[in-house]
Amino acid sequence: MLEIRNMDVHYGMIHALKDVSFEVHRGEIVVLIGANGAGKTTTLRTISGLQRPTNGQVILNGVDITNVSAQERVKMGISHVPEGRRVFPGMTVLENLELGAYLRRDRDGILEDLEMVYERFPILRDRRKQTAGTLSGGEQQMLAIGRALMSRPEILFLDEPSMGLAPILVQEIFDIIQSINKSGTTILLVEQNANMALQVADRAYVMETGSIVLSGTGSELMSSDEIKKAYLGG
Amino acid sequence: MRKFIALGLVYAIVQILIMTNLISGYFQATLVTIGINIILAVSLNLITGFTGQFSLGHAGFMSVGAYVCAIVTMRMPTIPGFILGVVLGAVAAAILGFLVGLPTLRLRGDYLAIATLGMSEIIRIIFLNLEITNGAAGLIGIPQFINWTWLFIFTVGIVLLLSNFVKSAHGRACISIREDEIAAESMGVDTIRYKVIAFIIGAACAGIAGAIYASYFYYLEPNLFGFLKSVDVLVIVVLGGLGSLSGSMLAAILLALISTYLQSFPEIRMVLYSLILIVIMIFRPQGLMGSREISLSVFSKLGNNKLWDRFKSQKGGH
Ligand SMILES: Nc1ncnc2c1ncn2[C@@H]1O[C@H](COP(=O)(O)OP(=O)(O)OP(=O)(O)O)[C@@H](O)[C@H]1O
Ligand SMILES: [Mg+2]
Repeated sequence: MLEIRNMDVHYGMIHALKDVSFEVHRGEIVVLIGANGAGKTTTLRTISGLQRPTNGQVILNGVDITNVSAQERVKMGISHVPEGRRVFPGMTVLENLELGAYLRRDRDGILEDLEMVYERFPILRDRRKQTAGTLSGGEQQMLAIGRALMSRPEILFLDEPSMGLAPILVQEIFDIIQSINKSGTTILLVEQNANMALQVADRAYVMETGSIVLSGTGSELMSSDEIKKAYLGG
Repeated sequence: MRKFIALGLVYAIVQILIMTNLISGYFQATLVTIGINIILAVSLNLITGFTGQFSLGHAGFMSVGAYVCAIVTMRMPTIPGFILGVVLGAVAAAILGFLVGLPTLRLRGDYLAIATLGMSEIIRIIFLNLEITNGAAGLIGIPQFINWTWLFIFTVGIVLLLSNFVKSAHGRACISIREDEIAAESMGVDTIRYKVIAFIIGAACAGIAGAIYASYFYYLEPNLFGFLKSVDVLVIVVLGGLGSLSGSMLAAILLALISTYLQSFPEIRMVLYSLILIVIMIFRPQGLMGSREISLSVFSKLGNNKLWDRFKSQKGGH
């Protein structure tokens, strides 16, 4: 459903992505792992249209969207939970969720999805009138995911959703990601927490300094010696 | 409905007071200053308070509206000429707002403030050197058309317009940029478009404020629109609360009354004024109103969020 072909990204003189190619099939959970600065965030930002590539193509459902604006890409079914959650701190939980549906005009569908998000994250229903800045880190992450679901995406990008969360919450977030995937949303997940990520991954790619150096199914990579040494702590 | 009755009452009472000479000429000038400052503050609040773009260029936008209106009405000293002057002044300021908005979009925070300040200074220098603006000597004898009725129409009109704007989906988009630009972009908000729109609307309103100034005080010189004028407006906005239109109005009225009252102490006037500002900011660092609006005020509850309402009624139905 999503295909990245020979993508290069530069930040001024910095060559952040070098000839990156990979694909995500409908219904999969695909994981990108890699050390700090490998280019994972840059990859997601480029696919969702927040960063221009200097070379290469992004193909969504057979259509070349390389020159399509970020807004159009949201309409085409891409939704992005940015690194570090980035909820709107001064707005209430409900207002955050409404902004997730910013580009939609189907009121009934929006209300349906709001109900769906509250079902998935009951805490958000309880806190719907509270400003997002006063939520705990875990609650903010749930809000960020819920907000991204409000655009009813076909494919959801998650940039390090487990960052800074207690182990029990990390487990919960990963359960939620799997359940979102089961209900039909394709997922592209960026993680430092390689262990957890590879357990839920259908397939995974390993990035190093701007390039993809390894790929395989989740279980293949988990048993690979290189990965064990570099990312799973031996 | 209630708000229109209240507005009508305010208008009628002041009008009667003016006709019966119970409001002095001096106090009428204060009323005009309040109206102008309200327009300047709510429009800067749209740019800085709601959209989060730190601008120090409001005096520049204001001066363009003032000079355009003055030049037009001096050649056409009739009511249609005056209206044309206000419209052209607003349009010219809006175009400038667009031009400033575009290149400064890549700039954030302090850099944007410096760029807008620079723009405003460039305009002042241009007006100092143009023939049509009569350089440093300025324009004198601009026909006076502004009276309480016009002032009321412009001020209330702009406040209602901006109040509806910030409560609409467009306003939400602007606020989301202030809250977190990257997240807003991820949600599909066209951040560039909304930043430019905020600058265009804000600049047009400032242009109208300038036109009112020119048409009431019948004298203009470039140095009226220096850096300090922009700072004055920013002070009103911050004092009232970034993101609160009623706060801007309250602060504009309060500061005008304070400085009128302080006229009786000319030697220490500025010291007292500064002290009052400092004290208010110590006790209300978020501004008089924070980002809230006065809920029973005539100006709030105008735009209604239909989605919210439906949500509430749906919840109630369970
Ligand atoms: N806005 C930017 N300007 C300049 N360089 C940038 C910018 N964003 C990222 N980079 C550089 O690009 C490279 C890739 O960064 P990126 O954020 O994509 O890494 P990452 O894999 O997401 O790292 P992390 O795991 O720490 O989040 C890094 O060397 C980084 O310094
Ligand atoms: Mg990253």
